[in-house]
Amino acid sequence: MSNGVATAGTSDRTRSEHRLAWLLCAPAVIAMLAVTAYPIGYAIVLSVQQIDLRFPDEGGFVGLDNYTSVLSSQLWWTDVFNTVFLTVVTVSIELVLGMAIALVMHRAIFGRGVVRTAVLIPYGIITVVAAFSWQFAFAPDSGFVNNLPLISDEMDWFGGRFSSFAVIIMAEVWKTTPFMALLLLAGLVTIDGQLYEAAKVDGASAWQRFTRITLPLMKPAILVALLFRTLDAFRVFDTIYIMTAGAQDTESVSILGFNQLISRLNLGLGSAVSVLIFLCVVAIAFLYVKVLGTRVEEGRPGN
Amino acid sequence: MERGGREYALWSIGIAVVLIFALIPVLWLISISLKPPEAITDGRFIPSEVSFDNYKSLFEGGVEDSPFIKPLINSILIALTTTVISIVLASFAAYAIARLEFPGKRVILAGALAIAMFPPISTIGPLFDMWRALGIYDTYLGLIIPYLTFSLPLAIYALTAFFREIPWELEQAAQVDGATPFQAFRKVIVPLAAPGVFTAAILVFIFAWNDFLFAISLTSSDASRTVPAALAFFTGESSFTEPTGSIAAAAVVVTVPIIVFVLFFQRRIVSGLTAGAVKG
Repeated sequence: MSNGVATAGTSDRTRSEHRLAWLLCAPAVIAMLAVTAYPIGYAIVLSVQQIDLRFPDEGGFVGLDNYTSVLSSQLWWTDVFNTVFLTVVTVSIELVLGMAIALVMHRAIFGRGVVRTAVLIPYGIITVVAAFSWQFAFAPDSGFVNNLPLISDEMDWFGGRFSSFAVIIMAEVWKTTPFMALLLLAGLVTIDGQLYEAAKVDGASAWQRFTRITLPLMKPAILVALLFRTLDAFRVFDTIYIMTAGAQDTESVSILGFNQLISRLNLGLGSAVSVLIFLCVVAIAFLYVKVLGTRVEEGRPGN
Repeated sequence: MERGGREYALWSIGIAVVLIFALIPVLWLISISLKPPEAITDGRFIPSEVSFDNYKSLFEGGVEDSPFIKPLINSILIALTTTVISIVLASFAAYAIARLEFPGKRVILAGALAIAMFPPISTIGPLFDMWRALGIYDTYLGLIIPYLTFSLPLAIYALTAFFREIPWELEQAAQVDGATPFQAFRKVIVPLAAPGVFTAAILVFIFAWNDFLFAISLTSSDASRTVPAALAFFTGESSFTEPTGSIAAAAVVVTVPIIVFVLFFQRRIVSGLTAGAVKG
C-alpha cells in the first residue's frame, strides 16, 4: 500500500484510522455497557415478575403489579419526598457555598493554595468515613457538638426526622461542595477581566458586577455543575445508611431500593423501584438539558 | 483596589473558617481513635489522655481474626486492579477521541456522559442475580467489573482533556520517520501523557476506594468485602459496647494516607476533576 497513488493512500489511511479508533474504543465501550445497558434491561424484565428469593417456588409474570404496589405505597412517596427535599436543600447550599469558595479562590489576595488544599480534603475522604465522623460528632453520648455553646446538651439529633436531615445535609454539603467549587472556578476563570474593569469605570457596584456579569456569563458552567450535583445528590445512599439507616422516616429512594433488593431479596419489587429511580434520573437530566438548556456537550465532556 | 488591614483580616478569617470546617471530621476521628475506651463518651474534642489501644485491637489476631486486615487488603487490591484496567481501557479510547476522526465519536462521548449520570442503585438487583448465577458474587471480580464501568467515563474525560494538550507534531514526526500509528502512540505519546494518566489513575483509585453501595450489595463475607462495607459491620468488644473506637481507628488508617496523597498531587487532581468543564 505504501507505494499506491496519493488518493488511494489517503482513503486507506482514513479507513485504517477509523478501524484503529474503533478498536481502541471498543473495550471501554463494552465495559461501560456491560454493567449499565444490560442490567437496566434485565431490571425491567425482573420488575414485571414476582421474584422473591425467599420464596423461590412462587413467581411468574405479573405485568405492572410491582409498579402498582410501589406507586400506591405510602413509603415510596415518603422516600421520594425525602430524596427531593435532601437534593434541593443540599444542592442549593452547595451552589451558594461553592460559588463563594470559587470567588475566594479566583480573587484571593493570598492563601489560594490553602483554600484549594482545604477543599480537597473532603474529596479525598471515603463518604462512609465522613458519615461516621459526623455521626460520632452529633451523637448525644460521645459527640462534642452538644457541648458547644448555644446547643442543648440533651439534643438527640438522630431522634427526630428533620434534625436527622440537618446532620445528613451537613455531611453531604461538607463532602461535595469542593467538587461544586472547582467546577464553578473552572467557569469563573474564563470570564474576561476587562469586563469588570469596564463595569467599574461605569460605576457598577460589586453586587451589580456579580449579578450582571458573573452570573449571566457563568450560566452554562453553573447549569452543568448543578446537573451533575443534582443527579449525584438524588442517589444519596452512603450517608443515610450509616447515620440512620432510614430510621425516623429519613429513607431515600436508593435506600428503599437496596432494602427491597438486598435485605428482603425481593427482586421483582426492588427492580420496579430501580426502574422508577432510573426514570427519575432520566427526567431530571431531560429537565436540565431540554428545559433549562444545559449544554452538556459543551460542558463536562470537553466537546 | 483598597487592600487595607481590615480586608486582610476578613480574608484571613474566611480562609481559617474554610480550613477548620474542612479539617474537623478528620481531626475528630483522630481524636476519638486515640481515646481509651472509657473516655470515648467524654465528648471532648481533644482527648485528655492518649492511647493506641484502638489501633492495636484492629490488627489483633492477624489476617484470620482481625476484622480489619482482610478488608484493607481487599480494598487495596480491588482499587488498584480497577485503576490499572480502567486506565488502560480509557487511555485507548481517549487517544482515539482526542486524536482520530471517526464516525461514532460523539456517540461514545454522549454514552460515557450518560453513564456518569446513571444511578448505580438501578444495577444492584440485576448484578446481584447475575453474579450469583455466574459464580462471581462475593469475589474481587464481582466488584472490579462495576467499578470499571462507573470509573471509565471519569477516566475517559480526564484523559481526553489531557491528551488534547499534547504536542501532536511529535507524533506526526514519528510517523514520517516510519512509525505506525500504534508505534507513534506507544513510543511518543505515552511518555508525554504519563502525568495526565497518573492524575486520571488517582481519580479512578479514589472512586473505587470510596464505593459503598456495590461493596455491601455484592459481597457477603471478608472474602471480598472492602473497608467501607466492613466498617458498617464492625462490632464492639462485647455486645454492650459500641465499636466507635475501632471504627474511628480504621477510618484514620484508610483516610490519612489518601489525604496526604491528594494534597501532594492537588494541582493535578484539580485539573483532572474539572477536565472539560469548560470549552477549550
